[in-house]
Amino acid sequence: MQTARPKYLYIAGIAGRMILLLFLVSVLSFALIAKAPIDPLLSYVGAESTLSEEAKAEIVRHWGLDEPLPARCLSWMKNVLHGDFGMSITYKRPVIDVIAERFSHSIVLMMLAWAFSGALGYAAGIFAGMRRGGICDRAIKLFCLVLQSAPTFWLGLLILSFFSVKLGLFPFGLAVPAGKLAAEITLGDRIHHLILPVFTLTIVSIGKITLFTRQKLTEILNSDYILFARARGESDRQIVLRHVLRNTALPAVTLQFSSFSELFGGMALAETVFSYPGVGTAATAAALNGDAPLLLGVALIGALFVFSGNLIANILYGVVDPRLREGGDYV
Amino acid sequence: MATENGPVLTVRELRISFGMYAKGLRKESLRVIDSLSLDVRAGEIVTVVGSSGSGKSLLAHAILGILPANAEAEGSILYKGEELTPARLRRRRGTEIALIPQSVDSLDPLMRVGKQAAGARGGKEGRNAARAAFARCGLDARVERLFPFQLSGGMARRVLISTAAVASPALIVADEPTPGLGAARAMETLRHFRELADGGAAVLLITHDIDLALPIADRIAVLYAGTTVEIAPAEDFRKGRDALRHPYSKAFLDALPQNAFRPIAGAQPYAGHPPPGCPFAERCPARTEACERAVAMRALRGGEVRCIHAT
Repeated sequence: MQTARPKYLYIAGIAGRMILLLFLVSVLSFALIAKAPIDPLLSYVGAESTLSEEAKAEIVRHWGLDEPLPARCLSWMKNVLHGDFGMSITYKRPVIDVIAERFSHSIVLMMLAWAFSGALGYAAGIFAGMRRGGICDRAIKLFCLVLQSAPTFWLGLLILSFFSVKLGLFPFGLAVPAGKLAAEITLGDRIHHLILPVFTLTIVSIGKITLFTRQKLTEILNSDYILFARARGESDRQIVLRHVLRNTALPAVTLQFSSFSELFGGMALAETVFSYPGVGTAATAAALNGDAPLLLGVALIGALFVFSGNLIANILYGVVDPRLREGGDYV
Repeated sequence: MATENGPVLTVRELRISFGMYAKGLRKESLRVIDSLSLDVRAGEIVTVVGSSGSGKSLLAHAILGILPANAEAEGSILYKGEELTPARLRRRRGTEIALIPQSVDSLDPLMRVGKQAAGARGGKEGRNAARAAFARCGLDARVERLFPFQLSGGMARRVLISTAAVASPALIVADEPTPGLGAARAMETLRHFRELADGGAAVLLITHDIDLALPIADRIAVLYAGTTVEIAPAEDFRKGRDALRHPYSKAFLDALPQNAFRPIAGAQPYAGHPPPGCPFAERCPARTEACERAVAMRALRGGEVRCIHAT
């Protein structure tokens, strides 16, 4: 290690970038929502309110809606820094509580889909790449290209209508059976409700990682070191175990971590199709109801989530890749 | 079955062509190696020399069965008198037949070189063999723990050479093993090959550096446009141009810096379109009409030559 920067500088750099990102996301979302045809007052009191004009003016003053945009944005940020994200108009509860509860559902969905699509996609990519040009390879490639081009909500609807409506195997939506007491809900119930959304989200994320792994594998198989490994008598199996996995896993894992943004977007759509009570459905509801505080909260959480994905990818690369870990030359 | 004194490696009438798409969908076959024959006996170093594009590396790849998918090889390659079928080759390469590759990128960038040198067999035995091979090639035990990106070009080269010494192969095919090594280290490497040969191995040494190879080689095969034009005892090359048989071999020696440093006019025929007769005819001062018909190798003064005029 010749030119390694001190660790704390590295961490400070990351923290700085994160703060800057969250700040910019806040400002941008705030500005977008303020300029959107959303009237917070109207959303709050409802279109057929019988409230007097004086009472409405009172609310406007109380909320600070009469102040200029930058001042409103600043006071919102100040509150956020104190952990106060405001009240959700849709759910009549603090935004932070809504997000915490919803996110606990979404994160299960996303992490399962992420792990499945990663593991299955990687395996399929290796499998296809080792048989490049064969019938399996072509089938996998076609499958992936179709999935990559199909919109998530459409796939979700297809899956829903096939497995739930036609076969009756799975519930139509929600995270738990409707009309059952909270105390009676079992883990089995939850899993049963999770299967289709996870399946959908897995299917839509799998194409990218599979095609990427397959491509990477093709590059590696044409490399000098695989040729040499063959010349040294290594079998296909040994070549995969000794060289291919090691050289493809790293870029694949990085890709998978940096695809958190697509995962988040896919999650929102899949949740809406399956009426799964996660962040995605909350965001949709918030947008439809003009629920500005909740929308802002979701935007911040989303940014934080995607940022952590990229951060993990970066850190992992440094830990796993010897070229970065042990940098510097021996001679 | 192999006789005790039979050649370890016999290449007979090897022909390699590449399937290529020429204009549109018309498939054309480019012949890059044609009627190439040579053999290597146990305890012998046969050096293959020739300018770039003469097909030296392809010969090595053909022996090891690692030609690209669009290449087609005909003719026969025998190992200890037995046809080297893909199944036999799979059993023998890495253990009995070893390749020292030309490219330093032949090391897996993400694997410590000690583990790579030990090879797929691994285990304690493999590690010990790798350590011994490293020591023979002048590599410190510390190097075992390094990754290829941490090695200098010369060290990477020595790691590649050590991979052949991990097993005790009966046949070593070394494809340009010396570039990047200093003169002293290169000489040492070649002496290492000499030791391996003296220990009973057959060594096929492919190089463009005939000077370096001369002191240790037993026989030298000169490749021109994908075919052998002369195979002669190294002694004849040491004696100079008059002891040689083929006009190209003579020209090859003349072109060396320490000799006349005199290049000959013209260029090697473009791969894939070999002339029907002698490939060298176009550039040969002794050319006659008879040179336009196919010329076979023939024995001459203790060597072999592909020339009807050679005496």
